[in-house]
Formats: sequence, structure tokens, C-alpha cells
Amino acid sequence: MNDTDDSDRELRVSKIRNGTVIDHLAAGQALNVLALLGIDGSGGESVSVGMNVPSDKLAKKDIVKVEDRELSQSEVDVLSVISPEATINIIREYDVIEKKRIERPEAVTGVLSCPNRNCITNADEPVETRFVVLSDGLRCDYCGEIVREDEIATHLDVS
Amino acid sequence: MRQDHLISATQLSRADIEAVLDRAAEIDADVGAWQGRRDGTVLGLCFFEPSTRTRMSFDTAMKRLGGRTIDMGSVESSSVKKGETLADTVRVIEGYADALVLRHPSEGAAKMATEFVDVPLVNAGDGAGQHPTQTLLDLYTMRENAGLDDVTVGIMGDLKYGRTVHSLAAALTNFDVRQHFVSPESLQLPRSVRYDLHESGAQVREHTDLDEVLSDLDVLYVTRIQRERFPDENEYRKVAGEYQIDTDDLDAAKDSLTVMHPLPRVDEIAPEVDETDHAKYFEQAHNGVPVRMALLDMLLENAEGGSQ
Repeated sequence: MNDTDDSDRELRVSKIRNGTVIDHLAAGQALNVLALLGIDGSGGESVSVGMNVPSDKLAKKDIVKVEDRELSQSEVDVLSVISPEATINIIREYDVIEKKRIERPEAVTGVLSCPNRNCITNADEPVETRFVVLSDGLRCDYCGEIVREDEIATHLDVS
Repeated sequence: MRQDHLISATQLSRADIEAVLDRAAEIDADVGAWQGRRDGTVLGLCFFEPSTRTRMSFDTAMKRLGGRTIDMGSVESSSVKKGETLADTVRVIEGYADALVLRHPSEGAAKMATEFVDVPLVNAGDGAGQHPTQTLLDLYTMRENAGLDDVTVGIMGDLKYGRTVHSLAAALTNFDVRQHFVSPESLQLPRSVRYDLHESGAQVREHTDLDEVLSDLDVLYVTRIQRERFPDENEYRKVAGEYQIDTDDLDAAKDSLTVMHPLPRVDEIAPEVDETDHAKYFEQAHNGVPVRMALLDMLLENAEGGSQ
């Protein structure tokens, strides 16, 4: 649920007609979320970003609004690890038609590369990366390498 | 033991380990009685890295069970040279064999390979990752000489890249073992192994000097400090000498100390130690055959059970 006065503050960034609002992101994670979504501006998407916005619930939060884009389950899974308090609002014709709190998954598949350069997932093999979710990070299901939460953004595979 | 494949020592429970070691002891007592047990079975040896002991002991183990082995040969002479993926190679060899043994330079290779085959697959070493069959023969040797409960084990050398160390440390958490790790700071245990040890509640201490702990040890497991891991030759020379043992060093040890090494050694154990009662590393290498016979027999047994 949105904080009472967050709605007014969200007006600081424009409303979107169709797309996704990712709200209650931990402050400082907005750019990581853009990286996760593979958004660098070159694709022409309409994107609004609020960083360090005051929030009753989180003190400070980030907000990302992306026009004409919905998140895949793998993207939601990674989002849940880097910002467990985030909420995802699906917007159609300016209305929130679905609001969901994300859940921490058991594993995330396909969106991170393994930092262990000698891991088989970095070889030219027909295999997707898979990381098991730990209490404070992720672990490569193949080689066992551990990625701490604060290192996850570095290994987003958005190519 | 209820496993389809053996990929990592972390998947082995105490009961799994004891089941393999018990069967290995039965085999060791009368190896001839097991000849013919696996008549007609074909084991595929897929070694993407050089190996002497592991390859030959798997080969011997299968043949002593009455089966046969097929060998993809060196990477240089195989389709890998043409750019074939590991996934394709194991799928092809699976068509020829009832079980596969895989050694590969990449961590996680064996785990990935199991996703492409239905026959039992054994990890015979994946990069700096795991080497679970070495661990089973290490534990067999340890059980015969020092026991596996209420013992103090020192593991010394390259703890960072040493796959035998990673597997052994994980397996020892199943037993009442105090583990002391001795290495240069630059070759300490990797984060993932520390994580598993911590999660298991293992009794672990780390040292840079063997003298701090030698007199407490029941087992000293030595591995090679790998010169090629050091960017600077001087750095290597500085530390390597501190991780070599000779008979003078062992004066401070218990008379009953068991000294082990996965081999090959270079100069980390002086040849004069071979003549002492401490030295068990050749016995350890010999134990590879009964232990791998036991493991292969049990995995094939499981595979038969699954198809019934």
C-alpha cells in the first residue's frame, strides 16, 4: 500500500498511461532497476525516476515508472532480492489495475551472470544461470559462488 | 546411498558416506569376490583435463567389477577440439555407456552435465570446485588410521583453489571433527566454502603457521601450494618453504599423526617422511580403487532400481 502522502509526491513525476510503476524501492536502487530492465534510454522508452523521495514507510525511497513495459517473473525475482519492500503497480489507461507486493523467490534464473569467470555458465554451453536465494545474497547453483546483495547490481546480465 | 549422481561432497550425508566406506571395506577384504558383479557394464571416461590417479583408478575399479571402460582420449584428439560443447559430448557418450565419469576445468561442469544425461554421472574434479570421490577415499583412509569422530584434522596448503580441500572440508562436517586450516593468507578458503562450514556449525580455525596447531593434530592433510597461482615468483618462494614438512617438523607431532596428501606432491612432503609410520598417502591413493568400485556399484544399483 502507498503511504498516505506518497500519492501527492508521486505527482512530481508524470503519470503514465500504460506500463509499470515500481514503488517503495530502497533508496539508491532506481538505477539498478533500470539496469535490471535493460533500460539505458537508447530504446526510446518513456521513463520517470524518483530518487530519495520522502516516504513515511521507508524514510526515503526510489520510484521507477516505465511506459509500455511489464516485468518478467525473472526480473521480479531479482527485484525482490535487491529491494524486498518494493511494490509493482500495473497501469492501464492511467489506472492501477494490479498492485502486487513481491515475494522473495527460492531461485533466480537467467538475469545475472556468475562472477566466477571459470564457472561453466560463462563457457559457451547451452545453460542459463541459476542462483539460489540466500538470506543475504545469491549463490550460483552450478559453481557455488556467492554474490552478496550489494554486489548483485554489478552482475546483472542485461545484454 | 540414494543418489543418482555424485557431483559434490555437500550432497553426502553421514549415512551416505558410511554406506560407501562400508562397501569399500567389504570389497577391500576380498576384491576377487566382486569380479563379475558388473559384467557387461560400460563406463565412459570423459577427462577434459590431465589425470593419472583418478582416471586409472576409475578404469581399474570398473574392470575389477567385471565391466569395461571407454575413454574419449585427450581433448586434443576429441571433437572438443572442433568446438563441440560439453553438453553435446556427454549426450553422445551417454549413448555408449551405462555411467559417466567427468573431469573438467570449469566449476559447475559436472552439475550442468547431469542436466543432459540420464545415466549416473560422477564428478571426478571440476576446476577449483569439488572432487568428491577423492574425498571418499580420503575419508576411508582417515577412518582406517585415525577414525572419523573426536579427531582433530589439519588441512594445509592451497585452500583457495584446492578442490580436494573444498570437498573434504564439506564432508568432514558430517562427523565430530575439529578442522584447522593452514595456508598463506592469499590462499585461504574461498567464501563459498566458508559459508557452508559456517552454516553447518563446524568447528573451524584458520592459521598461517602449522606450528600453532601441529601438536594437536590426529591427521595432517597436505596439498601442493601451486606455483602457477602466484602472480609473483618471489611471493611464491616466500611462502612455499613454510608449508613443507620433514621429519624434524614432525618431532612436534603426536606419534599417531596420520599424514595424508591427494598427490601428486612436489616438495611439500620430504621423501624421508615416506619411511615413517605417519605417511599414509600411498595407501590413500591405493584406496581409490575399492572406494570407486563401491561408489560405481551403488550408483549403478540405484539406476537399476529407478528403471524397474
